[in-house]
Amino acid sequence: MGMRMGMGMGMGMTRLKRRELTNKVALTLSMAAMAFGLFWLAWILFTTLQLGLSGLSFNLFTKMTPPPGSAEGGLANAIVGSLYMVALATLLGAPIGILAGIYLAEYGQRTWLGATTRFINSILLSAPSIVIGLFVYAVYVARMGNFSAFSGVIALALIVIPVVLSTTENMLLLVPNSLREAAFALGAPKRVVIMQITLRAAKAGVITGILLAVARIAGETAPLLFTALSNQFWSLDLDKPMANLPVTIFKFAMSPFKDWQELAWAGVLLITLGVLGLNIASRIFFRTRHKL
Amino acid sequence: MNDKTHSILMNEKATALEAQMVFKNLDFYYGKYHALKGINLEIYKRHVTAFIGPSGCGKSTLLRTMNRMYDLYPEQRATGELLLDGQNILDRRMDVNALRAKVGMVFQKPTPFPMSIYENIAFGVRLNENLSRGQMDERVEWALQKAALWDETKDKLAQSGMSLSGGQQQRLCIARGIAVKPIVLLLDEPTSALDPISTMFIEELISELKTEFTIAIVTHNMQQAARISDYTAYMYLGEMVEFGFTDQVFIKPKKKQTEDYITGRFG
Repeated sequence: MGMRMGMGMGMGMTRLKRRELTNKVALTLSMAAMAFGLFWLAWILFTTLQLGLSGLSFNLFTKMTPPPGSAEGGLANAIVGSLYMVALATLLGAPIGILAGIYLAEYGQRTWLGATTRFINSILLSAPSIVIGLFVYAVYVARMGNFSAFSGVIALALIVIPVVLSTTENMLLLVPNSLREAAFALGAPKRVVIMQITLRAAKAGVITGILLAVARIAGETAPLLFTALSNQFWSLDLDKPMANLPVTIFKFAMSPFKDWQELAWAGVLLITLGVLGLNIASRIFFRTRHKL
Repeated sequence: MNDKTHSILMNEKATALEAQMVFKNLDFYYGKYHALKGINLEIYKRHVTAFIGPSGCGKSTLLRTMNRMYDLYPEQRATGELLLDGQNILDRRMDVNALRAKVGMVFQKPTPFPMSIYENIAFGVRLNENLSRGQMDERVEWALQKAALWDETKDKLAQSGMSLSGGQQQRLCIARGIAVKPIVLLLDEPTSALDPISTMFIEELISELKTEFTIAIVTHNMQQAARISDYTAYMYLGEMVEFGFTDQVFIKPKKKQTEDYITGRFG
């Protein structure tokens, strides 16, 4: 650098100016791109807040979804139904995703089965959720003869699996091989290396993946439309249709009734805040745990 | 080993020089690539043997055969014999995990596990022994003492091993390795990622440790090999070019190739 400066001050300066200019242009472009993205996000948040805030009340969390024309109502059954199904779907899907992710990262790196699994998983990951909803409808709902919360849980779990699987695999692959070798060098068998060293090193990332999967299914409507459907009443029976936020929002927002539309917006606000909260939580979690 | 080296080594037989590990016609392959060619060598008990040579000469590969680290990679294989106290460790029936408990290894980059300092050391011990809490405490202290890390860490054993400095992390890795009470300790360029002070610490440590352990060290630093080792092996292109007393190899190398490398004319 010093050498070059000495060789020709004039030429060095023009080159430096050009570099500074390139830097400014690139910076402006990337700031503009960021502003463009943030603009829509801010607008969505603003609209959601504007239309949803008025519907936020104590009743929202205590009252059931109202029949048309009734004065008072809330989303209690839909909120609880959503939490219940999301929780079950995560409990069902996350362990499968984690185990399969471990297999792919630690055992199936160069195997035929591993490559196939990874390929199918990437298809599943990008499959439109309505396809998953229809699939569960065809293989479960149609056979059982009725809509049920359990079929909704299956559909959501099918969305959870590929998300958790691919994050688990990627996070495990990020763990440096030297750490694995160090554990093997102490005479640790492979299962101990995976469970106590690799998985522990990747823990923050794996949990972040689960949180992101939860955020993803919390707002899914299509898979529930054909499975759990909706329920005007309180129900925690897995064999019966169950109320949930996305389908209720869909139903209420399309309705001609003013108070239903208001409830729909309140529901949208709840989901948005929930998903936003989960995303922020996963980021904070990942950051603090990664420092350790 | 050629006859001349052998005769030099015979002189020390008086001081009960025992071979801990013996390479007999060892060949090593990465797939089709022939990385080690007909290695014959003896590693002596409670002495430091240094492996020097230009990058890619096979010295790390040689080290990795001694605890069968290469087993982790299906395309790598070794043929010939490699005896540890008379037992051929290349034998298929050899329990690799038991072998690695006897032949510890420290790597180039410090690799603390994502857990506390205490747990970093207890991890390996638990794999092989069932110790009470008190015994484990003692073992952890013993290992940290041996690695000259006890004074710096005794008040923060519950802290993450990753919170230590690079040099401390490397001593933690050494402590972790000796906590298992191995017979042989393999050091693969253990100071190449460290500053001069930490390097000095570790070199002092190695001379302490050789009273109890057989040590094999790979190093890129010839001064280091000269300072800390009793025997030096010079390798080139997968072959053992010269092996002998460190002083002899550095002062009066028998082979022209060795001399060229040591005097910096090549490599």
